[in-house]
Amino acid sequence: MIRFVIRRLLYAIVVLWLVSTLVFVFLHVSPVPVERVIGGPRATTDTLNQIRRNLGLDQPVIVQYGQFLGRLLHANLGDSYINGEPVTTLIGDRLPTTLWLVFGAGIIWFVGGVVTGVLSATRARSLSDRFVTVFVLIGLSTPPFVMALVLLYLFSTKLSEAGIYFFEAGPPLQMHFWRRMILPWIALAFLMVAAYTRLTRGAMLDVLGEDYVRTARAKGLSRRRVVYRHGLRAALTPVVTQFGIDLGALIGSTIVTEKVFGLQGVGQLVYQSIALGDTPVIIGVTLMVTFFVIVANLLVDIGYSFLDPRVRLS
Amino acid sequence: MSSYTDLEAQEVDPTAGTAPARVQGRTPFQLAWARFRRDRLAVASIVVLVLIAIYAILAPVWAHLTGHPYDATFPKTGLDVNGQPRGPSGTFWLGADQLGRDVLVRAAYGARISLLVGILSAVLASIVGTLVGVLAGFVGGAMDTLLARLMDMTLALPYLLVAIMLATTFQISSVGASLTLTILVIAFFSFAAFGRIIRGQVLSLKQKEFVEAARSLGSSNARIMFVDILPNLVAQVTVLTSLLIPTSIVFEATLSFLGVGVRLPMPSWGSMLGEGSDVFQTAWWLLAVPGVLLLLTTLSFNLLGDGIRDALDPRGDRATGGK
Repeated sequence: MIRFVIRRLLYAIVVLWLVSTLVFVFLHVSPVPVERVIGGPRATTDTLNQIRRNLGLDQPVIVQYGQFLGRLLHANLGDSYINGEPVTTLIGDRLPTTLWLVFGAGIIWFVGGVVTGVLSATRARSLSDRFVTVFVLIGLSTPPFVMALVLLYLFSTKLSEAGIYFFEAGPPLQMHFWRRMILPWIALAFLMVAAYTRLTRGAMLDVLGEDYVRTARAKGLSRRRVVYRHGLRAALTPVVTQFGIDLGALIGSTIVTEKVFGLQGVGQLVYQSIALGDTPVIIGVTLMVTFFVIVANLLVDIGYSFLDPRVRLS
Repeated sequence: MSSYTDLEAQEVDPTAGTAPARVQGRTPFQLAWARFRRDRLAVASIVVLVLIAIYAILAPVWAHLTGHPYDATFPKTGLDVNGQPRGPSGTFWLGADQLGRDVLVRAAYGARISLLVGILSAVLASIVGTLVGVLAGFVGGAMDTLLARLMDMTLALPYLLVAIMLATTFQISSVGASLTLTILVIAFFSFAAFGRIIRGQVLSLKQKEFVEAARSLGSSNARIMFVDILPNLVAQVTVLTSLLIPTSIVFEATLSFLGVGVRLPMPSWGSMLGEGSDVFQTAWWLLAVPGVLLLLTTLSFNLLGDGIRDALDPRGDRATGGK
C-alpha cells in the first residue's frame, strides 16, 4: 500500500517537473521579446537592457532554468509584466470566485447526472429513456460557450425587459450571490450533466446485469432496494472517480463561462492577460491548474486503491 | 475531461468489421452499409452535413451574389442611424454584424474553417493516436511504459490553458500560421485519449490465435502490426475519428471565441460569436446564425458517429449497451 502511494507520488512529481520544463522551453523559444512587452514600444535600448538584467535574462539559459525551478519550489510564480504584482497574489484574489463556480456547478452536474442516469437505466427503452438519450446527445453537442450565451440572452436580456431580474453582473461574493451564480452554474454544468447521465446509465446497466443483482432479487428483496443498495452503490464508483478528475480539470475550463457572465475569477484573469500579452500570469495559472489536476488524479488513485485492491497490484 | 471520457465510452468490438460473410457473400462493408441505411437519424445527419458543406464550398458565390466580400464593412447599408447592425433583409439575407459585414457570407467562410479544422485535426490525431497505440500495445516493455506515461501526461494538461499559452507566447498574427497551429494544438490534445483506447485493443488482439499463427509462419513484428493487427482496428478507428470531429470543432470554436484560434479577419463561428457578444441584446441573429450552425454541425457529426458505430457493431444495441 505504502509502496503504491510512494510510486504515484513520485510519478506526480515527475509530471509536474516535465510540465514546468515544457513551459520554460516555450518561454525561451517564444519570438516575442519580453522587455518590449514590459518597456512598451518607446523604451530606449538602455531601458530594455536594464529590464533584461532585472529579469535575469542576461544569464546563461541553464542558470535561468535553475532560478525558474528554484522559484517554483518556493511557490513563486513570478510577477505580472503589466503591473508587477506577484502572480500568486493575482491568482489568490480570483480563486474564490472560480472555486464557487466549479463546486456549485459540480453539485448540479453530479446530482443531475446521477439522478437522470439511474432513472433512464431502470426504465431502459421507455419513452423517458428515449427522451434522456436525446437530451444527452444535445447536451454533448452544445459548446459550453454557446450555452452560456443563450442563457445570458434568454434569462438576462429578455426577462429583464419583462421586469424580472434573474441575473446580475458584478462581484458575486459580496452581494446577490445566488442571482449571479445560478446561470453560470447551469451553463457550466449543462454539458457535464449530459456526460454524467451517459456514464451513470452505462454503469448502472452493467451492474444491473450482474449475477449478484439477480441473486438479490431471487432471495426476495424489493426491486427498489436492489437498485439502490446493490446496484447504485457499485455503479457509483467509476462515476465518483471521474468526478474527482473532472472537478480538478474544470478549474482550467471556466474561462469561457467567466468571460460570458463577467465573473472576476481565474479564467477571466487569463482572458484579460491574453490581450495584454502578460505571459507570467497565463503560465502561472496553467501550472497551478496542472497542479490541481495532478493532485486530484493522485487522490482518486489512492482512494480507489483503498476501495479496490486490484488497482494496487497493477 | 468529458470529451475524453466520451471517447472511452465508445468501445467497439475490434473484430466487428471482419464478420464472416453470409449467404449472398456480402462484404463486411456492405453489411455495415445496409445497417447504416436503415438508421434514419444517421442518414438525416449526413444530409445536413452535405448541405453545410455545400454552403461552405459556395462561400465565394455568396460573396459574389450579395456583393459583400467577407471582410468588407458596409456601414451605410449594414448599420442603422444609431450605428446598430441591421437585421435580416433583402440586402443582408442573414443580417449584418456590428461592423456592417454580411453574416451570411462570413458564416459560410466560418463553416470552411470549422469543417477544415475539425476534420483535419481529428484525422491527424487518429493517425498519430493509432500509431502510438499500436506501438505501445504491441511492442510493450519500455516502449509501452514511455508512451503510456506520455499519453497520461498529455491528458493531465489543462488543454485550453496550454493552447492559450502557446498562442500568446508565439503571438501569431497570420491567418495561415494560426490555422496550422490550431490544428496541431487540437490534434496534440486529442491523440492521447485515442491512443489509450487503441493500446487497450491491441493488448487484447495480441493474444488472439491469428497473431500466434502469423508468428509461427515466420511473420516479422512489423508485418504482424500492419498486416494482421491494423486491419482489425479499422472499425474502432473509424468510429473514434467520426466522434472526434465534433469535439475538435467545439475546441476550435472555443479557441476562436477567446481570440486565440484562427486569426481575424478570417471569420470562424467561434470568433463571430465572440465579436458579436456585446450586441446580442439588440442583434439576436449574431447569436442565432453561428450558434445554430455550430450546434447543427456537432449534433450531426455525433449522430453520424453513433450511426457508424451501430452499423459496424451489429451486437451493440442503441437502447441498452453502446452508451
